[in-house]
Amino acid sequence: MPSYVITEKCDGCKAQDKTACQYICPNDLMTLNRDLMKAYNQEPEQCWECYNCVKICPQQAIEIRAYQDFAPLGANVIPMRGTDSIMWTIKFRNGILKRFKFPIRTTAEGSVDPYKGKPEANMAKLKQPGYFTTSKPMPVIKK
Amino acid sequence: MEKETCTFSFCKKPAIEEIETDLLLIGGGMACCGAAFEGARWANPKKIKITMVDKAATDRSGAVAMGLSAINTYMGENDPADYVKMVRNDLMGIVREDLIYDLGRHVDDSVQLFEEWGLPIWKVGDDGFSLDGFQAKEAGKAMLKDGGKPVRSGKWQIMINGESYKVIVAEAAKKALESNRAATGVSTNHYERVFIVKLYNDAKEPNRVAAAAGFSVRENKIYIFKAKAMVLAAGGAVNVFRPRSTQEGQGRAWYPVWNSGSGYALGLQAGAELTMMENRFVPARFKDGYGPVGACSCSSRPKRPTPSAKTIAPTRKPWRKPRRSTASTLTISAPPSATT
Repeated sequence: MPSYVITEKCDGCKAQDKTACQYICPNDLMTLNRDLMKAYNQEPEQCWECYNCVKICPQQAIEIRAYQDFAPLGANVIPMRGTDSIMWTIKFRNGILKRFKFPIRTTAEGSVDPYKGKPEANMAKLKQPGYFTTSKPMPVIKK
Repeated sequence: MEKETCTFSFCKKPAIEEIETDLLLIGGGMACCGAAFEGARWANPKKIKITMVDKAATDRSGAVAMGLSAINTYMGENDPADYVKMVRNDLMGIVREDLIYDLGRHVDDSVQLFEEWGLPIWKVGDDGFSLDGFQAKEAGKAMLKDGGKPVRSGKWQIMINGESYKVIVAEAAKKALESNRAATGVSTNHYERVFIVKLYNDAKEPNRVAAAAGFSVRENKIYIFKAKAMVLAAGGAVNVFRPRSTQEGQGRAWYPVWNSGSGYALGLQAGAELTMMENRFVPARFKDGYGPVGACSCSSRPKRPTPSAKTIAPTRKPWRKPRRSTASTLTISAPPSATT
């Protein structure tokens, strides 16, 4: 089921330089209503439920109705994404809480140095299979 | 950039921006992020310009936007030739084996890079049980490139903690693009929220693609990218068939709803050859799940030995007694799957 905005919590990201959900939505669904300064999902049936707007919202004002197959009616599913792990909280309608924590990355955000310690591209090998990083001989079909 | 809505500026003729580049990457998903990383290393010394155009925010665009819990193909100890056999069997023989073999022998290098950049990969612990990405790191398990043993869920698949899979790969790609931008001196080579809708062929060489046109989904602006070569990786086509789910459930497709089919249409209209289009992948929906995992939806029938002529002989089933017994109806042989 699609994402929806809890309007009491949404402040339209007025303190931020951009509306977070509108910035991140891969399908360009989240839209800011400038008059109300509230975001909304403009086309719910085209929502992939990818949770990106939920994770990025600084006010935690966006939720996604979970499917009954893992969270029965009245439950909600809240992700809290940190810098190295994510915590999923499932709150059932009878009050039971379940939390699941998973790692999301083993390096610090922004620390990727893509070419550090990598060889330069060897122009003599341009037309051969393999990447510039390929060090071992490429497998070939044995006849 | 804010979305421009509820204004009359759209009635005006849009501004047109022309950008000249050498290699144009259409799409910002995993494919073009990889192309940016690989391409920039070759292009930078030669000052070849690379430009990426993404219709969304590259941190979370494409089919990996929400993350993945597994990488479907990692060769490791396997032979890519066996991978070709598996895919050929899975897709009923209508495949380009050369492309699959090439994919098989290149894939490990990419997966090892993902791990170096920070993607947590499950490893087999000393007791044979699984360690998640953090536990493996704490236990000092070797990385894949150093012979670390990934947790397999099937012959080809390895398990990961991939919530930030795309974010990590996008970070490397954006830095690679930035290195190319610095090497070539262009002002911008990464365009987000620009949707390419048409390719143009060269006026003098009609067999060659020369430019791509697109529009900003944020402001009243059209972009024309002139390029010497292009990588078109704009995704497949989702919702080609009308889903059984309706209204708010429609987005519950395996591949992302924003795969508009432009990856096929742009190439087709420009005269490119589309290959391996004989198979359409339609993930099965069933209770508590949906998806393609292990292609279980199309090959769930257990293997049984090829029946000999004896076992194919017609089996009389009490509920299948012919109403009017004639010789011809009695000798219809049952197909192998119905012999029990």
